[in-house]
Amino acid sequence: MSRELEPAAAGDMLLKDGIAARRPGYRQLLRQLWKSKTGTVGAIIVLATVIVAVFAPLIATHDPAALDPLLRLKPPSWMDGGSDAHLLGTDNLGRDIFSRLVYGARVSLIVGIGAVAVSGLMGAVLGLLAGYYDRWISMIIMRTADAFLAIPSILLMLVVLAVVGPGLTTLIFVIGLTNWVSYARVVRGEVLSVKERDFVKAARSVGARSGRIMLRHILPNVVSSFIVLSGLNVATTILMEASLSFLGLGIKPPDVSWGGMLSDGRQYIATSWWVAALPGAAITVTVLGVIFLGDWLRDVLDPRMKTKD
Amino acid sequence: MGKYIFRMALQIVPVLFLISLIVFVLVHITGDPVNLMLPETATEADREALRAAWGLDRPLYEQYATFLGNVVQGNFGTSFHYGEEALPLVLERLPASFELAAASMLIAVVLAVPLGIISAVKRNTVLDLLISGLAVIGKAMPNFWMGIMLILIFSVQLGYFPVSGRGGLEHLALPAFTLGVGLAAQMTRLIRSNMLEILNQDYIRTARSKGLVEAIVVGKHALRNGMIPVVTIMGLQFTSLIGGTLVTETVFAWPGLGQLLVTAINTRDMAIVQAAVFIIAITVIITNLITDLIYRLLDPRIKYNS
Repeated sequence: MSRELEPAAAGDMLLKDGIAARRPGYRQLLRQLWKSKTGTVGAIIVLATVIVAVFAPLIATHDPAALDPLLRLKPPSWMDGGSDAHLLGTDNLGRDIFSRLVYGARVSLIVGIGAVAVSGLMGAVLGLLAGYYDRWISMIIMRTADAFLAIPSILLMLVVLAVVGPGLTTLIFVIGLTNWVSYARVVRGEVLSVKERDFVKAARSVGARSGRIMLRHILPNVVSSFIVLSGLNVATTILMEASLSFLGLGIKPPDVSWGGMLSDGRQYIATSWWVAALPGAAITVTVLGVIFLGDWLRDVLDPRMKTKD
Repeated sequence: MGKYIFRMALQIVPVLFLISLIVFVLVHITGDPVNLMLPETATEADREALRAAWGLDRPLYEQYATFLGNVVQGNFGTSFHYGEEALPLVLERLPASFELAAASMLIAVVLAVPLGIISAVKRNTVLDLLISGLAVIGKAMPNFWMGIMLILIFSVQLGYFPVSGRGGLEHLALPAFTLGVGLAAQMTRLIRSNMLEILNQDYIRTARSKGLVEAIVVGKHALRNGMIPVVTIMGLQFTSLIGGTLVTETVFAWPGLGQLLVTAINTRDMAIVQAAVFIIAITVIITNLITDLIYRLLDPRIKYNS
């Protein structure tokens, strides 16, 4: 069995496409992060969102589903009529907006990460199949990929949700289902290029199982592309979930979702603008953070993909 | 070229086939489709009648054949919500959606093209950072939120525009602007990187070294080549446009196909859902074809049968 250069720990030399590249160590990475202003801002926002989501029960001041009809539509604390009991005011059913924002972060992150995991897994499997078993299977898979790209994803999601009904798990799978193509392409490309390498042919001729060899050499090269792809995908997924929940097809009560909050607040926009404005701001800031972090990751991990700057 | 169009038109058929299959499978996979097509208050007699009419007691492949036959004749069933045939209902909403889509695309192009070019030419200056910054924020902002905020500011507080509905230009302004700005945010980035690539080409350097004024270098040489991909970019944005239309129509109660579809999904009116999905899919395919055709016409380097 041929012994290849093991994908080494951080800081060692890596052979990638014949070009020796240093994988940045952790401290170096942090230094590079600090150099990029947008990257730093993005990282801070994402970190803050994750912390809020994880520690939601500790950070929220009220139960997000607790109704209080006497205190409905109260403005945020710094405005007239606001109180310190409800930092960001209450919505049309008297629920505390701050707490709902906090729990909404959970949903956004769960869907965002979950859907990307589903896409990634599906894409990886299909990409492996398409690359390994060339010709027929490859053609079928790639043509299906083209069909997926041609259909507006939101349409596909709407139809599935219409039939299956809304819900958190359904949502994760449905959104994940629409984004697998780019992952599949990356994996397939890598498989095809590795398949042709001499050491694989040599190993096979000696009788080594090509499957294992391929996995050991495909995986490390694919990881950075996956991370880069996932960055943008998490952003679009959060926006998709928000849109679907806004349309009433995503997260249903009593679960809290920023999109759903926006939908609730829409009717009261004339008198109580904060009910709709605040969740929207939360979505925008979070997605912005993810985009910034994703762009920085792309610049660091795969300079070839960097858009002209 | 006629042969090319014919060949491309032929490609529509398998895709439509695939779509009809997906719709059929989805509708039948989750229990009795009759339940999907009738409201809960329907009696058992109604259900039996529908079953017989649609041949739902037959084996699946026969059902699919009947379904296809119906579709080809334009029969998607009757909407129980409106009490009319689904397809005409869907078709009559098309003009409103087209109006919104066209106006939004216009606004998007008017905004994105100049901004993208300026941001490329004045690369890394404050202006570039400002434009790119706005583009990123526009991309991160959910378009329905922007719509609601615009309603708040311009309709409720300032009273310049009506809050919802379709009518004259003042009704079209806010929805088109909302959708257009979202599209523009994505397009600006693409146009910018495209222009940057062009500006780095050798022939631009030649033009500059010939002593030509920068304005002519950019305005004449760079621009002419830069404009060709704009069509492709517009085509690529079409799928975003459809998604955006669905949401924007809901926010502004714009009586288009998107709003009909969303309502139909919420009321489980499958006849309309099927018809709408079909029509939208056909529109997407035709638009892709037209975009492809225009692109090949504009770029003399590409031949029809490559």
